[in-house]
Formats: sequence, structure tokens, C-alpha cells
Amino acid sequence: MKKDIILCGVGGDGIVSVAKIISDAALNMGMNLKQSEIHGMSQRGGSVFSHLRLSDNEIFADVIPEGQADIILSSEPMESLRYLPWLNKEGWIITNSDPFVNIKNYPEMEKIEAELKKFPHVVSFNANEIAKQIKARSNMVLLGATVPYLGIELSKVEEAIAHIFGKKGQEVVDVNIQAVRAGYAQATAK
Amino acid sequence: MEKLLLLGDEAIAQGFIDAGGSAINSYPGTPSTQITDYVRNSKEAKELGIKANWCANEKTALEASIGVAYAGKRAMTCMKHVGLNVCGDPFMNSAIIGTKGLLIVVADDPSMFSSQDEQDSRYYGHWAMIPMLEPSNQQEAYDMVHFGYELSETLGTPVLYRIPTRLAHSRSGIVRKPVRKQNEISEPADAKSFVLLPANAKRLYRTLIDKQPNFMKASEESGYNKYFEGENKKLGIITTGIAYNYLMENFADGKCPYPVVKVTQYPLPYTMINKLYDECDEILVLEDGQPFVEEQVKGFLGKGKKVMGRLDETIRRDGELNAEKVAKALGMKAAGEYTVPEVVVNRPPALCQGCPHVDSYTALNAVMANHKGGKVFGDIGCYTLGFNMGAIQTTVCMGASITMAKGASEVGIFPAVAVIGDGTFGHSGMTGLLDCVNEKANVVVMILDNDITAMTGGQPSSANNKLRQICEGLGVAPEHIRDINPLPKFHEENVKIIEEEVNYNGVSVIIPHRTCLVELKKHLKK
Repeated sequence: MKKDIILCGVGGDGIVSVAKIISDAALNMGMNLKQSEIHGMSQRGGSVFSHLRLSDNEIFADVIPEGQADIILSSEPMESLRYLPWLNKEGWIITNSDPFVNIKNYPEMEKIEAELKKFPHVVSFNANEIAKQIKARSNMVLLGATVPYLGIELSKVEEAIAHIFGKKGQEVVDVNIQAVRAGYAQATAK
Repeated sequence: MEKLLLLGDEAIAQGFIDAGGSAINSYPGTPSTQITDYVRNSKEAKELGIKANWCANEKTALEASIGVAYAGKRAMTCMKHVGLNVCGDPFMNSAIIGTKGLLIVVADDPSMFSSQDEQDSRYYGHWAMIPMLEPSNQQEAYDMVHFGYELSETLGTPVLYRIPTRLAHSRSGIVRKPVRKQNEISEPADAKSFVLLPANAKRLYRTLIDKQPNFMKASEESGYNKYFEGENKKLGIITTGIAYNYLMENFADGKCPYPVVKVTQYPLPYTMINKLYDECDEILVLEDGQPFVEEQVKGFLGKGKKVMGRLDETIRRDGELNAEKVAKALGMKAAGEYTVPEVVVNRPPALCQGCPHVDSYTALNAVMANHKGGKVFGDIGCYTLGFNMGAIQTTVCMGASITMAKGASEVGIFPAVAVIGDGTFGHSGMTGLLDCVNEKANVVVMILDNDITAMTGGQPSSANNKLRQICEGLGVAPEHIRDINPLPKFHEENVKIIEEEVNYNGVSVIIPHRTCLVELKKHLKK
């Protein structure tokens, strides 16, 4: 199996940290992986992204070549469009539909929605709303919505969450698992 | 076998701990920061008694490492590419000394994700005539720290260890080696080698020249440089460091039809490259950086077989390398169906909401609006983003705000204001301020004090809590060192103070002090 995933959003929103959970699950399954991210000046409130590559075979480049990403996972609707050159023809876009407006010329939402509608495989929903209800972080809800397309079972992702958040106590683990399940349900409802 | 999931930077750090490193002295700089951060946060490193320090700048850091190596222990100094300019003096001379047990790790930033230039550190290593390592992946990054120390101690030379951003900031699984015991303290084999008086230095330079064949032999025989046979000899390919990955990415079965020399150790392995040149019709050089290898292979006259790469722009000369650029150079079609829709606009990095720098700049902008012809000289840090607020007119290199303001003021620019962060002031602002005091320059220096080196992720700032004493010690009149609180509610008062100091003919220092919000949040979480 091979999955190339682009995680993207706005600096500080925590989307890139989701890569850690997927990586942990993949590593436990004995897969090879490479995950690249950007630090420094570019992370201050600007567009941020991370390339996550999983494969049973050897992985060469740390970054995904254009046209090869299987999934774009975005915490923000406009950002999900920024990385389209990387998406393969049959790839999935999983995105939060709630915009993060920190620039004056943010485009009209209708235009962004119209662009997203052009693609065959899109899961777009308000992850912030769901996260608020269960007092979790929206990035975990988005992670859950990605799981059906990841080729990794939900239970493996939950194990990774328990592993990574274990130190912070069972309560933190539970709320994050709840968030992932809520996202998963959202993506598989239709 | 259990694997550790580590960034390239962290793999180097773990390699340092496991290879018996005794002290790491560095200055933070993207993309190198996570090496030293990792060692500082490592429980294992603490238990092993490893020293891990953030120093005032790259020069003080590298000199400390030469001291560690003088004591016979394994030393490491890490920096970003432009940091190597700052420590150019100890760097060049550590080569003459033939310093053993010293790895100088430099992270280059092709495409300038967080830098002001794309300089390629391999030119420095070549200039200093020392061996260099350039790993192609995270496992090699780990292994080559062990290897680098063996090389350094066997051949009697510091080793320059180069990585680009993509390797520094990409994670992969690493298999560790057993932990090696640290070296005992020992006297240098040649007691005179650390005394660079001309008489000694002449002898040592000759020794360095005479070592060159040994460096070459190591490159040919270490096993880190590899020759891969290929059936199609129309083209021979030389890859350096991670460029190998971008080549192989284009062959789904992991088999390249052309012969390839994979370079990860310098000097360039003569025999392998000579064989490639003889066997193939044309040569393509792939490197993530400037055309360092290509220039050597091609030679000044460029006669003989065709050598392609960045010099002839077969691959664009600027920007980082990637698989798509390699595909194009090989005449292969890149995939990719979609383009970025027009509706997408740029979202550039910006100062955080509530950042103290914003309030400092708002006050400064209000003052400068009344002084046409005045200039604000900026510096390197988060506050460089003040450019987007129209607040600064220059950013050149660490510390240049103060010295450029001085130079400009002396030829008639008024007011000449320098804006520098507390971290950068500690790095290389102090000496410039001394120049200002000595020349009684008419400058206003604003030291934006947020208690931390924020841009690189919150490392301690060397001049923290000492700014006023330092400025007084350098000779700035105490009544012209003004503390202000950068908050919107003090705006009017701050404008008044800046205006007063602009109108004072002499050296003024204004210190807006408020802790970085990102750091404050981290502390509150703890």
C-alpha cells in the first residue's frame, strides 16, 4: 500500500500535528514513512503544510511530487485549494468548511465552495462546530474524517492516540478518540 | 528492530549522543535549530553529562567547540548557512589546526523558506580544504555522525556536515547504534598545533595540503559514495545528498537505467566520477544547492563532454531541487492534473495577534510620519515582518540594523532609527552599539525585548534581563536608555518618548519590553 497525504492549514492551527498520529499508526503497522514540514518564519499565521508519505516499499523523496497525493487534509477551505497541483486525479479532499479569515482579501465563500464542487471526491464539513460540542480540537475531528480513505483501520488510529496522549491521562485520550469517531461518522454518513 | 521516528535534525542529535559526543555549542537558526534543542531536551544526554548550550552567536559557539576538541572530547556546533559567515574565522582556522573530534553541522536553506540567501556551505568546506559529509536520508544522517567523528579523529581534521532544509525538517524511522563511551580528556598530539603563530601556521597549512590525498582516499573507500551501474550510457548522472532521492522518485521500480554516482562524502571521489565520464556520452549533475559539483566536473573552459545541471539551466539555477525538476531534465513528463484556482489568494506570514512588536511599530510609525527623509533600519527576527506594516526599510544580516543606521546617520540621514530584537542584539548588536557610542552617532536604537529568541521556536536570549546594564556598560547615557511598555493603552506616551529621543542628538536606546505571546502561552500551559 502507498498513501501520499498533504496536511495543510494556517500556522498555529495544529493540523500539522495530526501527521504525528497517522505516522505512529503507520510505524506500528511496519510501514515506511517520511513526513516533512516547514519551521521558522513561514509558520507565523501564514499558510502551512506538511507532506506525509506512507508505503510498504522504500520511499525516496521527502516531498510528494505533483499529481501524486492521494489525500489533501485541510483545516481551512481556501487552503485545501492551494495544494491542488499535488492531488492525483482520483484523490480525496477532506476539509474544514469554516474559513479562517486573517487577511483582508479573503475570497467569497461561494467561490471557494464552487471550486470544491468541481472535484469528484470531497468531504467538506464544519469541523469546528462538531469539535465545540464535544470540547475537542477540530484537527482531531478532521483526522477522523480522513480515516476511511487512509487505508489504516480506525482502531489502529485510536491505538496511536492512546499511545501519544497516554501521558496526559485517560480523559484526554477519551476526548480525542471521541473527536476522531465523530469525524469518521461524518465522513461515512452519506 | 525498533525504529525511532526522527527529523533529520533530530537524527543528527541522536547520533551525537550515541557517538560519544561531549558538548554541543550552537546558535539557533532555521533549519538547524532542532538539533541542539533535541540534545538539550534529551533525558539520556543529561544522564550522560553532555553539555548542550545556546551561545551568544555562531562564532562564540564554534570557538567553544574548538576548546572542547582541544580537551580531546567530541564536539559539535550547529548553525544555519548564514551562521557560517559569522564564524568564518574560527571555521577556517579550525581547518589549519587540524582539529580532531569536531563536527560543524550547517543547514542550508535552498528556496529560502526562512532565510535571506541560498548560499551553499560546500564552497566553505572546499575553501577550508576539509572533508564534507552530505547525507541523503535520515538514517544516513544518523550514521554519518558516528562516521564523521571517526573520520575527523583518524584524518586529523574538522568535518563539515551539510544538510538542506528538506532533510533537516523531514521525519523518518531511524535504527540506532550502541552508545559509545565519551573520550577521556587528553593533550593534543601536537602541542604547537593550537598556536597559530606564523611559524606554526605555515607548517600546519603545508600539513593540511599534504593531507588532501588521504581525504580523497577516504572518499573513494568509505563506502558512502557509491557507483550504480546502468545499461543506458547515453547519460551518466551525479547526485549529491538528497538529490539522489529526487532522481529515484522518477523510477517506480526503484531502478534508474543510467549509471549513477551517488555522492555523500567530499572531496569528490575522483575514480568514480572519472569512470562515469569515460563510460557515458553526457553528464547530468543533480544537487540541492548551488552548482558546486557541476563547476568542478565541467571546469572553467567547459571543454570535453557535455555537462548539464544548474549552470546551463537544464535545471533552474535558483530554488530547491525536486522530483519534478529532475523529471523535466530527463525529458520525462511530470504528472499533475490540477492547477491552483484563481480564487486562492496568498496568506503571508504575519506578526501574531497581540504581538508586542505590533505596538512598538505602531508607535514608531506615528513618529516617523512626522519625519520625512527618516529611515528605519531593521534586523533579523519575527520583527522583520514589520516590513509588511511599512515600518522598516532594510534587513540585511544579523546586527546590521545598528551599524547601518550609524553609517547612514553620519552621511546625513535623519532620523536614523535601528530596530533589533533582544536575541539579535546579544548575537551581534552590542559591538555595533559600541561603535555608535565611540563616534557619538545620532541614532535611536530600539531593542524590541520579548524575553526570547522567538522566530526559531523560543530559545533563551543571551542578553535577557541584561539589556540596560549592557547599554550603560557600552557607554550609552543612562538618561537616554528609555524603557517603554508596548501596549495600545500606552501608545501616546510611547510616541512621546520615541519623539524625544529622535530629537536628542546622540545615541539613544529605547527598550520596549513585553514577553512574546507564544512563549507566554507555553509557560501558562506548564
